[in-house]
Amino acid sequence: MPVPESSNFNAQVVRSLPGPEWLRESRLASWEHFARSEMPRESEEIWRYSRIDELDLERYAPCPGGGAGRARVADLPAQLRGLVEAAGPDATVLVSRNGGPGEVVRPQSGLAVGPAPSGPFWQATEPLPVLAGPRADVWTALNGAFVNVPWRVMVAPGVAVGAPLVVVHWVEGAGAAVFPHLEVEVAEGASLQLVEVVASADADLLVVPLAQLGVGPGARLDFGHLQLLGAGAWELGNQVSRVARDATLRSMTVALGGEYARVRTDSVLEGPGGDSELLAAYLGGGQQMHDLRTVQLHAAPRTRSNLLFKGAVANKAHSVYSGLIRVEKGAKGTNAFQTNRNLVLSEGAQADSVPNLEIEDNDVRCSHASAVGPIDESQLFYLESRGVPTSTAELLIALGFLDDVLVRFPARGMRPGLRQAVAAKLSSVGLGERQATMPGTGVLSPDQGGGAGL
Amino acid sequence: MSELVIDGLHARVGRQEILRGIDLRVGSGEVHAVMGPNGSGKSTLSHVIAGRPGYEVTAGTVRLDGVDLLGMRAWQRAQAGLFLALQYPIEVPGVTLVEALSEAFAAMGRDPAQVPALVAAEARSVGFDESFLARALNVDLSGGERKRCEIVQMGAIRPRIAVLDEIDSGLDVDALRAVARRVGELATQAGIGVLAITHYNRLLSELPVSTVHVLSAGRIVASGGPQLALELEGTGYVAYEEEARA
Repeated sequence: MPVPESSNFNAQVVRSLPGPEWLRESRLASWEHFARSEMPRESEEIWRYSRIDELDLERYAPCPGGGAGRARVADLPAQLRGLVEAAGPDATVLVSRNGGPGEVVRPQSGLAVGPAPSGPFWQATEPLPVLAGPRADVWTALNGAFVNVPWRVMVAPGVAVGAPLVVVHWVEGAGAAVFPHLEVEVAEGASLQLVEVVASADADLLVVPLAQLGVGPGARLDFGHLQLLGAGAWELGNQVSRVARDATLRSMTVALGGEYARVRTDSVLEGPGGDSELLAAYLGGGQQMHDLRTVQLHAAPRTRSNLLFKGAVANKAHSVYSGLIRVEKGAKGTNAFQTNRNLVLSEGAQADSVPNLEIEDNDVRCSHASAVGPIDESQLFYLESRGVPTSTAELLIALGFLDDVLVRFPARGMRPGLRQAVAAKLSSVGLGERQATMPGTGVLSPDQGGGAGL
Repeated sequence: MSELVIDGLHARVGRQEILRGIDLRVGSGEVHAVMGPNGSGKSTLSHVIAGRPGYEVTAGTVRLDGVDLLGMRAWQRAQAGLFLALQYPIEVPGVTLVEALSEAFAAMGRDPAQVPALVAAEARSVGFDESFLARALNVDLSGGERKRCEIVQMGAIRPRIAVLDEIDSGLDVDALRAVARRVGELATQAGIGVLAITHYNRLLSELPVSTVHVLSAGRIVASGGPQLALELEGTGYVAYEEEARA
């Protein structure tokens, strides 16, 4: 089915969006791509198990310019601000509201953060291609068409940025459609820790984030995508990374909120010796659905990718993991691993796990594994036999299960807050009997299981 | 004074009856040993007392200070004063000893803030490497370290009655001595009643055992003083097995 006629999403609206000439042209090109595309359907394999057939774009409208004025760190809800500030006293923070203009605090030398193109950059000021190519899905085109500010992050060659960069995309307004956009280039031999937070209050809104991550030769990027959307929010996200020769990407998605939250992660190993580690922790309650799709694409010899996605579902929540390892011809000496583990915390909850391999070369080492199951009975008995009540023991085990991933979150200072958020969410979906000694539980207020707990 | 009283306990796994009428009494500060060959029901006995799922009690009672334990979940039994040291302590990824005991303390109305210091002191007393305390429970620990860790927990919790399931298996001589010495102290000084289930009598030479029971084919077939263990050393279990099946 082609993209439907829409009063909120059409070429006229795209043309009306403010910005420099190159951006207006780029938006139109993206719009034309989107308008020519078929709307995704659940009958397609890549959308199987999703809720995409429920999407009614007409319920949402883009917000030109991002809404009221420039966003500031001080305007964030206190709990979110606390989490962001835990990244450290020297961390650079960018806050953008509804993908619009924002504030950058504590810039660091060698690190440029601003609307693209803005200088001084160390490379050409030409914009990065907005379309991430045929491997990402149609929502990248919609992002390119309605992007307010294409935020760009660049690290100069050889610079090891000392403190993390936290980019907060705050989203608000019932009925809003928001298109956060992040382009990252870590130049040759440079390194950066970058956390992207996508957060909102409880509201019926649509977020279509796109993050394009370029890791240059011998460079290293530690990237975290933290999804703290409120109940009612839909997310259709894409993360595309290109990993050059001898470069290292460590990427983690933490998804706690949203009503239906989908993130597609494509990691392309373009240069020999490239290394990509893809991690995720996701926890759903209420009627939430977390939907994670991954592609590990090996296009060069001696590349390595290692994926570990761990999810938990409670109440009537549903999660989907579907992943593909693809090794192209000539990518000799590839090592590619994929593991998905799921904890089902309630009888009404469901987790689907679909791993896939496509191998065009024979000199490779690949494996995939997946598991879906309830809390281990013997672990539960062990904790109970020490005097821990059943429900508290379940909370500890579930938290420990996800913590295995969370302890590797890029900005070290944010890890305790993240763990607290997960513990609070576990309480909110009905685990645990008391919260007094759960380290820090209650920092993020519990909700009814639907949102991120913010 | 506390007392664990087991009367006429029958239990089965699936259709197979494993315990066929157990009677035992363990009081505060007493150390009882239950010995028996493989398959006699030793581990079943410890699991049934502690409330591990998978066993069906078909007859009998288990009471701690008059309170019926069999109707309780495992954590309620623990809060009533029972502790089980497992033969194979279970790995719990992502959950540390201090976290688990803090939750147990809080649920029992004790101050969880005491746990880190208590656990550190117990670790020193049994030679458990304190750096392991920050690790997830039993993860990446050797069999011997796991056993020491069980005794660290017993010491920190201070139950009324502790059931130790083959606490001696997998321990080298030094570890066995350290564990047995600490268990002995906890019995004599803290007044914990101990039911030590074991296959071998080497534990008994290190523990101040007051009574030895011989378990065979799901029944206690003989009880006596520590000399009973020495007799077993000579005769083996064969005579008792014949008696039990008779």
